[in-house]
Amino acid sequence: MLKLDNINLFYGEIQALWNLSMEIKEGQIAALLGANAAGKSSTINAISGLEKISGGKITFLGKEIHKMDPHEIVEEGIIQVPEGRKLFNYMSIQENLELGAYSKRAKKDFKKNLRMVFDLFPILEERKNQFAGEMSGGQQQMCAIARGLMSSPKLLIIDELSLGLAPILVQKLLKALVDIKNSGITILLVEQNVKQSLAISDEACVLENGRLALSGKADELLNNPHLKKAYLGM
Amino acid sequence: MTLLQTLISGLLLGGIYSLISMGLNLILGVVRIINFAHGELLMIAMYISFLFYSTMGLDPYVSAILVIACLFLLGIITQRFLIQPILDTPASTKIFATLGLSIALQNLALMTLSADHFSVRTSYQSDVINIGELAISIPRLIAFIVAISVAVLLYLFLKKTMTGKAIRAVAMQRQAAYLMGVNVKKIYLLAFGIGSALVGLAGAMLMPIYSVYPTLGTTFVLIAFVVVVLGGMGSMFGAFFGGLIIGLVEALSGVLLDTGLKEAVYFAIFILVLLFRPSGIFSLGKGAEEVGLK
Ligand SMILES: Nc1ncnc2c1ncn2[C@@H]1O[C@H](COP(=O)(O)OP(=O)(O)OP(=O)(O)O)[C@@H](O)[C@H]1O
Ligand SMILES: [Mg+2]
Repeated sequence: MLKLDNINLFYGEIQALWNLSMEIKEGQIAALLGANAAGKSSTINAISGLEKISGGKITFLGKEIHKMDPHEIVEEGIIQVPEGRKLFNYMSIQENLELGAYSKRAKKDFKKNLRMVFDLFPILEERKNQFAGEMSGGQQQMCAIARGLMSSPKLLIIDELSLGLAPILVQKLLKALVDIKNSGITILLVEQNVKQSLAISDEACVLENGRLALSGKADELLNNPHLKKAYLGM
Repeated sequence: MTLLQTLISGLLLGGIYSLISMGLNLILGVVRIINFAHGELLMIAMYISFLFYSTMGLDPYVSAILVIACLFLLGIITQRFLIQPILDTPASTKIFATLGLSIALQNLALMTLSADHFSVRTSYQSDVINIGELAISIPRLIAFIVAISVAVLLYLFLKKTMTGKAIRAVAMQRQAAYLMGVNVKKIYLLAFGIGSALVGLAGAMLMPIYSVYPTLGTTFVLIAFVVVVLGGMGSMFGAFFGGLIIGLVEALSGVLLDTGLKEAVYFAIFILVLLFRPSGIFSLGKGAEEVGLK
């Protein structure tokens, strides 16, 4: 579905991604793993068009997207839930969700999607008139995911889902991701938390210093000696 | 009674300051540009208004819509060809760009239009409404009513329409706006256009009251900066009330001190607010780092 082909990414002089290739298959949950500063966010920002790659290409459903503007990429059906949620803090939950549906592709299914996200996270419906910035971290993450879902995405990218959240909440959100996948949306989950994310993923890639270190089926990776040693402390 | 009279005139004129400052603040909050040429936009708006008057005999209130359209266009052109190419450069570059534009426009006006003051003659310009012993100038009253109406309309536009929400979203959290599919460049153009159109309206309302000359912008941009700092950067609400307050302060300092000192008074307010309340008097204790539309 999504294919990165030998991409390189620079911030000024600093190279953040080195000849990175990977593929995400439709209907799956794929995990993108790696330590701090490995290049995970850089990778998905390249996919979303926030950062321009220099060399290589990115194709989505057979179409090259790496020269497109971010809003055009959203119209293609890729949405990113960014690191740190980045909600519109001084707007209500309802308004955040409306902005999630800003793209043309999202307009016609607005009501249906709103119902769907409220069913998935009922607390959002209860608090829909509250400022997003006033909610707890977990609720904000729900709002951020819901805002992404409002765009009728084909591919939902989530950066650091578990960051700063209690383990029990993370479990709940991961379960929600499985529901989302079962509704037909492909997911790219970006995480430092290797064990929990591999548990719900079909496939995974591991980044180290901007390069692809490992990739494969999630259950096989769980038994990989390098991964065990470097990320699971075993 | 004369103090009350002065205060009312000041308050009414403050409506114009509000319009100018809301425009400056909209551009600041959304595009994150301090538009030093904002005063020159006002100067241009008034010259255009004067031109419609002197060549076609159009009353400033009639030509207002044309002046607004011209300024909207001028704002878009400025954003597209001056600001957009330097968006990713350091803040100092942006400051020099708009400062340079300001100086260039002033000198262009001096060269082509001379340093003369131009004003319009209208039948109503010294008309007043008498309430008891108070005499309220009709052009000032009109300016005030228009300013309030436009402030309300702008508020409704930003709060209720999807485009307005997108403008606020860009101001509040630019990266997320990009990621939700907002065409941020287009929103910048719109914000600069609307911000300039507000100045266009202010210029049209000012024309029956003031005369226009090439350096007129300098005084007004100073006022707008004080208002923006007073009301809080990016706060439309703050800019609106800040404008009215500065109108009052101006009138008061004219009575209590000396008219010549009014700029010193602005400057004192500017410094005091920056020192003690850098996020503006209306912001609810939020840090000044959160420049955005509120
Ligand atoms: N805007 C930027 N300007 C310069 N360097 C950057 C920028 N963003 C990221 N980098 C650098 O690129 C490298 C990869 O960063 P990136 O944010 O992609 O890592 P990450 O895997 O997402 O890390 P984390 O888990 O901390 O989010 C880091 O060395 C980082 O310092
Ligand atoms: Mg990251």
